[in-house]
Amino acid sequence: MSTDDMHHADNHDHGSVRSYTTGFILSVILTAIPFILVMAGGFSSRMLTVMVVLGMAVIQIVVHMIYFLHMNSKSEKGWTLISLVFTIVVLFIMLSGSVWVMYHMNTNMMPMPQGMTGQ
Amino acid sequence: MTTPVSDPATSFLFGRLTLESLPLHEPILVATFAMVALGGITLVAALTYFRLWGYLWSQWFTSVDHKKIGIMYMILGVIMLLRGFADAIMMRLQQAMAFNGSEGYLPAHHYDQVFTAHGVIMIFFVAMPMVTGLMNYVVPLQIGARDVSFPFLNNFSFWMTAGGAIIVMMSLFIGEFAMTGWLAMPPLSGAEANPGVGVDYYIWGLQVAGVGTTLSGINLLVTIIKMRAPGMTMMRMPIFTWTSLCTNVLIVASFPVLTAVMVLLTLDRYIGTHFFTNDMGGNPMMYTNLIWIWGHPEVYILILPAFGIFSEVTSAFSGKRLFGYTSMVYATVCITILSYLVWLHHFFTMGSGASVNSFFGITTMIISIPTGAKLFNWLFTMYRGRIRFDLPMMWTIAFMITFTVGGMTGVLLAVPPADFVLHNSLFLIAHFHNVIIGGVLFGLFAGMNYWFPKAFGFKLDEFWGKISFWFWVAGYWFAFTPLYVLGLMGVTRRMRVFDDPSLQIWFLIAAFGAGLVAIGIAAFLIQIAVSVRDRKKNRDVTGDPWQGRTLEWATSSPPPDYNFAFTPVVYDIDAWHDMKTHGYERPLSGYEAIHMPKNTGAGVIIAGLSVALGFALIWYIWWLAVVSFVGILAVAIGHTFNTKRDFYIPVETVIDSEAKRTKLIESGA
Repeated sequence: MSTDDMHHADNHDHGSVRSYTTGFILSVILTAIPFILVMAGGFSSRMLTVMVVLGMAVIQIVVHMIYFLHMNSKSEKGWTLISLVFTIVVLFIMLSGSVWVMYHMNTNMMPMPQGMTGQ
Repeated sequence: MTTPVSDPATSFLFGRLTLESLPLHEPILVATFAMVALGGITLVAALTYFRLWGYLWSQWFTSVDHKKIGIMYMILGVIMLLRGFADAIMMRLQQAMAFNGSEGYLPAHHYDQVFTAHGVIMIFFVAMPMVTGLMNYVVPLQIGARDVSFPFLNNFSFWMTAGGAIIVMMSLFIGEFAMTGWLAMPPLSGAEANPGVGVDYYIWGLQVAGVGTTLSGINLLVTIIKMRAPGMTMMRMPIFTWTSLCTNVLIVASFPVLTAVMVLLTLDRYIGTHFFTNDMGGNPMMYTNLIWIWGHPEVYILILPAFGIFSEVTSAFSGKRLFGYTSMVYATVCITILSYLVWLHHFFTMGSGASVNSFFGITTMIISIPTGAKLFNWLFTMYRGRIRFDLPMMWTIAFMITFTVGGMTGVLLAVPPADFVLHNSLFLIAHFHNVIIGGVLFGLFAGMNYWFPKAFGFKLDEFWGKISFWFWVAGYWFAFTPLYVLGLMGVTRRMRVFDDPSLQIWFLIAAFGAGLVAIGIAAFLIQIAVSVRDRKKNRDVTGDPWQGRTLEWATSSPPPDYNFAFTPVVYDIDAWHDMKTHGYERPLSGYEAIHMPKNTGAGVIIAGLSVALGFALIWYIWWLAVVSFVGILAVAIGHTFNTKRDFYIPVETVIDSEAKRTKLIESGA
């Protein structure tokens, strides 16, 4: 029934000491790499540094989801995975769409110092 | 408005609220206030005289029963419909009058508030509460559950929605409402162009209601996924439950965008940031972009449940299983995804250029395909069916005709070059009223007529229902066909006065249409009153007055608090029809005590404090803002210590109410 905390349906993974430790160590490594990289001055290409830092962040998100949030393709009968995929799709549409739209808006509509340029 | 700040003590106590904020100089508002006050006093006096306060508080306001909350949502929606329609008829009157040098009867600042309030109220406080109300009432019954997943949250969500409505209604008599149009686009809604309280009423009204909407979206989503009766796989769910699922997915994914945009606008207005100003790197076009990322899914949030209602009604009143159940499900899911890919069609003319415009033009045309597929499914369901023309079916057929026209004008607007001509014209106004009235509203009327006997145990009156139906449908066409014509002639929306006298006849016809709709609304209210009066005659003793096919018809009308004495087991689509054809016998013994959630007043109190918080922020009454915010936290935390949240309905009560039902069924047989 609905006051549900009392009899919690126990059909998902609660992790183990081992999985938490793995997750923790991976997170520490993935955090340390960008720090060391930036403190050491980074690669010669600034872009590459930014990409590596962002890449580590994305990998760490996945690590958190697997080891701390216990997400896998089977948890909650697959609903966790479906909602994750849906979230990513919607976020991708919103973010990339907004960037695309606003880039064109800026090019076409915002006042520019030396006259108009085509898109 | 100008607020001369006099002495610091007053401004500490009342912020920028002064006596001049009360619109005493506007006779229309004073008269309205007198009427509202008179009505309010009469109501309060009546409730006190009949000693109903305790009953209302313990049985309704604090109730966590999804059925009662659903009914409260519907009542909120109907009350706000009257307010929103009053705004509509005021606009129609103004536009019909303001020709040949006449200024009409509404000054510009009042007229601008009226059209803004009309849009905001109709979408947020009529359509949304009624859609949510029907989902709340019907979904748990359709999936064989005893309540939603989070019953307290449900009560809280309702009161937050009501709180938002109260904030918007307050603006009528204290201060003013936004004069910006229903989406409050900057720079017009910025602090520079609109320093008064109108936009702040708008912001806080929507924020408070938005909390309710988002939470109820999460609640119903979890309910549908986790609480279906045994055997009800996803592809055996009733179509209304499917469309509700998709609607709530849309709510959960899109309302946070609205909340975020409102927060950014608030920051611009309150602490001088520059997200949506042209100075300091801000960009007002970003607001338009973001608000339509919410706004387009929003229209599908409203229409999908209506599609679900029509599916249920068509199949029940044709006496057939729905044609193409699977395609209906896939069409719904396609619409859910595609609704995130079309938002730019609301601002083709803003100047993103050919490539962007053609992408969004094409996606917009694509989204009409699953919608068209649904229409054919309904038609094929009716084909060779034994159609019964009861009221829900009448509304459905009116929908199919009206909505098809609205859909076609929509595809027309989806062509960017055509949109450059029609953008912001009355053609657009006619189009979206065509789909929202012809789709959502007709759907809500179909749904109310269909499920009313389930909720109250008696059918709605046929005669007055038909009067309401014909006046609504005819009124719609009279009111909005002229706007199509005017739009094609280039008349833009939100105009207060007109120069060209040849246009007047169209506005007169539109005003006549609004008059017909007014009769339709009155007939609807009379229909309810007459039905309550004749409830004995129209009694539904079986619990299944329409030969329904889904599980909500398996229990009594109205259902007991616990919905089902035994959780039903599902073997097929249209579970109840399947049970009936297989000779289902209602079990008469073996009842057990039933575990249920307990009522709580925390939701009402937190929502009340939220209204106070909103009011304080609108008027810059900072001490009240702090007090009410701390109050919200205190009550919310206090509520988490309330561990006595459940109880058991004793088995004697279950036996008793089931025995009553047995007697009732026998009385009808």
